[in-house]
Amino acid sequence: MKYLLSARVGVCLLAALLLLFPLVFSDPFYQDIAVAFTLAAISASAWNIVGGYAGQVSVGHSMFFGLGAYAPLLFYTLFGWPPLVGIPIGILLSIALAGLIGLPTLRLSGHYFSMATIAVAELIRIFFGTWALVGGAIGLQGPAVARGWWDLTFRSDLPYYYIFLAVLGLLLFVTYEVQRRRFGYYLRAIKASERAARSLGVPVRLTKLKALALSATFTSAAGSLYAIKTGFIDPDSGFGILVSVQMLIVAALGGAGTLFGPLVGALILVPLQTAANTWFGGSGSGLTFILYGGIIVLIARFEPGGLFDFWRRLSPLIRRRVHAA
Amino acid sequence: MIFLQVIVGGLLLGAIYALFSSGLTLIWGMMNFINFAHGEFVMLGMYVALLVVLYLGGGPVGFSAAAALALFVLGVAIYVALIRHVVRGPMLSQILSTFGLALLLRYSAFFIFSANFVSLPQTSLSGTLDLGGIFLPLAQLVAGAVAITLTIGLHLLLTHTIVGSRLLAVAEDRSAAMLMGIRPDRMQALAWGLSAGAAGIAGALLAIAYPWSPTVGETFGLIAFVTVALGGFGSVLGSLYAGLIIGLIEATSAFWLGAIYKDIVVYGLFVAVLWFRPQGLMGKA
Repeated sequence: MKYLLSARVGVCLLAALLLLFPLVFSDPFYQDIAVAFTLAAISASAWNIVGGYAGQVSVGHSMFFGLGAYAPLLFYTLFGWPPLVGIPIGILLSIALAGLIGLPTLRLSGHYFSMATIAVAELIRIFFGTWALVGGAIGLQGPAVARGWWDLTFRSDLPYYYIFLAVLGLLLFVTYEVQRRRFGYYLRAIKASERAARSLGVPVRLTKLKALALSATFTSAAGSLYAIKTGFIDPDSGFGILVSVQMLIVAALGGAGTLFGPLVGALILVPLQTAANTWFGGSGSGLTFILYGGIIVLIARFEPGGLFDFWRRLSPLIRRRVHAA
Repeated sequence: MIFLQVIVGGLLLGAIYALFSSGLTLIWGMMNFINFAHGEFVMLGMYVALLVVLYLGGGPVGFSAAAALALFVLGVAIYVALIRHVVRGPMLSQILSTFGLALLLRYSAFFIFSANFVSLPQTSLSGTLDLGGIFLPLAQLVAGAVAITLTIGLHLLLTHTIVGSRLLAVAEDRSAAMLMGIRPDRMQALAWGLSAGAAGIAGALLAIAYPWSPTVGETFGLIAFVTVALGGFGSVLGSLYAGLIIGLIEATSAFWLGAIYKDIVVYGLFVAVLWFRPQGLMGKA
């Protein structure tokens, strides 16, 4: 009871902090970081459903992100539809793609799935780069000046921040519900041992497929939000392998397969990335990615459970120390 | 006649694909582990060749041997420092470890050598050979022939020598091999050395004939995946056939459809293989 209370207080505090942050730090620089943080947290939390909870490590989630990102700008460019309309279309396309990819590849376990997802994402990236309808290698642009609120084109970062935060809240609520329902137990059973789960009557393939579809839904939404906020998308920023890698590293740093792991990962990594870009003079020199690679290797080598696991091992020690004092 | 030339060129490039892919398949067969940094090993082999030519001098034999040796050492070092520890961990950390390594190596090369394309200065292998109307750069011909020889050599090493038997014994059953007096850790370190060495020498061979930049590793890594998936995970002979097939498909689709579509065809083939025959051509189901 006491634990439950403290967890609830913690969540309320976190929510209050996130809601008030841009009002306290009104500098556009900080607001920009805050928006990047919410976006990274949404993508990584979405990846977490299939990559963390179900243990199916996708390294090609950019395929859903990219579809979500292209849909609003494509229908705006073709028919002048407001980008808002493109979001559900992107989600439907992503779910269809998840089914198409998931049916054959989820039969394959472990590394096969990772390799297949990379290949499909690369296939789509190269294909979009050669397809004139979606702007080829140049990409697409969104509305330059808003025709109304439904174009979701704002001068300030503030509206974006609260929209993204709302989506993040919804996603965390969905993840919370998933993990306490039977579906969530299925996912963890599959992660622990697919064969054991199947022998206990878990519908393994269907469960994995559902998890992939749910994950694709929110990844696609994250892509749409990114494209609408940036007002521009090209094959590399939509389907590039680094988009997928970012989701993986954010989730793994905080703790894959935990509710708040991706949030914590984004909280650390996004400011770090901004700092690295500022100090090292943009991403042109590649130092940011050297940093990324180094962090990934260190997590894999020393803290495979991420910071969440580290904290779980550390916190009893601290508590004991406090009690002793 | 042009078409015949396209075919021969594709097969020669495919032979090099076969060589570095055989390294990837060796690791997969040995320890059920996929190295996402394998393409980066090829890229490093290319830069080692360049550095040797620029600062030490020496012909193709010298810099190819140097690339193989340097990458062999790197492979063993990576196994000892990183892989040995993560293989016991969860799958996520196995994938993350070599993925992070790939980023680290790719962008370190980017930082040191800049993003520009480079190529080896003229070597003794410059010049073109006229084979009854088919014109082939001598460099490509030699590189392809050496690559095929080395791949077959690796296959023979695994199937016809004591070291090969030890490697395969560890792959078959780690603890049974240990009971027979084989040290699995040493054998796996050797496998990583051989794997990276094969990638390194393949890189040096590629460097003789083609220009490159630090990001080629990504492309080669993906090609190695496709080759290994097509040939069957763990089969060196399978990756030899698959490498030649993929070189051929790449060359003919570039010829018929245009150069930008060749990657689409190759990755499409990969997806098709995973869909219809996940065990590959020569793999065990």
